[in-house]
Amino acid sequence: MHGKLVDMVLTNSIDRRALADLLFQLADDELCIGHRDSEWLGLAPDIEEDVAFSSIAQDEVGHATFYYELLAELSDCSADALAFARPANERRNALLTERENGDWAHTIVRHFFYDTFDALRLEALADSEYRPLSEGVAKIRREERYHLLHLHLWFVRLGGAGGEARKRMEFAIDQLWSDVGGLFSWGAWEEELLTKKIIPVSSFELQHRWQERVRPVFAEAGIPWIEDLQQPEKDGRVGEHSPEMDRLLLDLSSVYNLDPAAQW
Amino acid sequence: MSIADKEIRFMERIKAGYKIEATDWMPDEYRKLLLKLIHMHGISEIMGALPEKEWVPKAPTLKRKLAIMAKVQDEMGHGQLLLRVAEDLAAPFGRTREDLVTDVIHGRVKFHNVFHMEAPTWADAGIIGWLVDGAAIINQAALLHTSYGPYARVLKRICAEESFHMQHGESIILTLAGGTDDQRQMLQDALNRWWESLLFFFGPVEVTASAQRMIDYGIRTKTNEELRQQFFTKYVPRIRSLGLEVPDPKLSYDEEAKRWIWTEPDWEKFGRVVKENQGPKSQQRVDLRRFAHEEQQWVREAMLRSRKKTVSMIV
Repeated sequence: MHGKLVDMVLTNSIDRRALADLLFQLADDELCIGHRDSEWLGLAPDIEEDVAFSSIAQDEVGHATFYYELLAELSDCSADALAFARPANERRNALLTERENGDWAHTIVRHFFYDTFDALRLEALADSEYRPLSEGVAKIRREERYHLLHLHLWFVRLGGAGGEARKRMEFAIDQLWSDVGGLFSWGAWEEELLTKKIIPVSSFELQHRWQERVRPVFAEAGIPWIEDLQQPEKDGRVGEHSPEMDRLLLDLSSVYNLDPAAQW
Repeated sequence: MSIADKEIRFMERIKAGYKIEATDWMPDEYRKLLLKLIHMHGISEIMGALPEKEWVPKAPTLKRKLAIMAKVQDEMGHGQLLLRVAEDLAAPFGRTREDLVTDVIHGRVKFHNVFHMEAPTWADAGIIGWLVDGAAIINQAALLHTSYGPYARVLKRICAEESFHMQHGESIILTLAGGTDDQRQMLQDALNRWWESLLFFFGPVEVTASAQRMIDYGIRTKTNEELRQQFFTKYVPRIRSLGLEVPDPKLSYDEEAKRWIWTEPDWEKFGRVVKENQGPKSQQRVDLRRFAHEEQQWVREAMLRSRKKTVSMIV
């Protein structure tokens, strides 16, 4: 249905698992960040930003829905069951996306880091040999472009404003930096995904590109660049998560779990 | 022209069905009544985001999550539109957006009783969309013919969006009503919780002095009781058709008088809720607004500083 490669993917159980793993990374990242974004509803620093930021949150959950629906086609589960019923150790999102919201600086830094990464990931996936993905990614990239413009502006303005804003930005960067390295992992199946050209770019290369893009923005914001990116203690891409993820899931699924078999 | 002459001409224009615009001369009383109404309306939209926002992270399907996010975003958007209208009205009094927003934190502006109440289950999120927004549409649709042009135009958009909200709420309600016993019970409990608040929402039966002045000025055209009766006519049959019970044993339609007979809510209790922020969730929600505004002043200040820098660079 989606071309020769998909047929091959679907008939080879290893490839199928590798592909599903990648789709879970995409879906879980977008669901977590969209969920965290949506917690700002009604509470953003001004009313105009509340409306703008909610659009971003909706886009992220919309993208997650697209990925979960691709996954639903590969499995017997519904997109909702995949989004709501999987335990933490099956979740493939990077730790950065599950962290609880801090102040507005924390939200801007996290989102700017994530969106820059996501733009690079989508850029790479636009060349994926898995067509349902590369086709969907084209639409998603149009929306993500605006998120990145918005977050870039916030990052530079808050960083450049000096005073309390600058202090809070530096504190947020300090807090989040150790999670950045975890974004670039392609999980347990990187080799298979690379060989089959489902992902065209290694995690090493992705990290390099991210640093190239973010460094000039630090300069623009007048924030000193940090050279080292550490490998995180926990790799979300293989199902290792923080207690913050458990709390996120408890919230996310609290109604769904009242009766997973019911219609909601 | 003397003030008295201006007032006579103003009333003639209103009677002839002209819309008053922000830059037109208007009596102080008209401006104050409008400002009070629109300020409260705008702040109620913003405070109204809070009970539902509790359910945004917990919405039980991807579709519901997207829908409730979009809905709460609309409410914030309505708040923004209404505050823009209120800002123009408030300017001659030397009052700014900052004042209009902080008034609620200091208890200087009221917000609708329904937004002081608890929303402890997912069914409450459905009832808010279906019946609270349903009641709001009835109120707001009646205001579409208001004599103040900027308010009428903003209301047109608000009503269009509210009708989507009502459908969003109705969809949640229909799913629960057609669901398991537990889901139906959750729905009935939520209806029981909200009923009295919904009746209070329309305001007292008697026409107060300020309500009468608003009718004289064409700011509003219908009485509270007319609107409440409309609400019964539209929603009571729908509620019953879902197999739900309206929690008012006295509720019935008097065919001869062509009106609904109903049990009045505890006016005094809800009066305290609205006037003194004594509802079960009043303080918590005012505190959330205080957090959003006061504790994030540093963000707004940083943006102003950063704009000044940009401007000085361009100059």
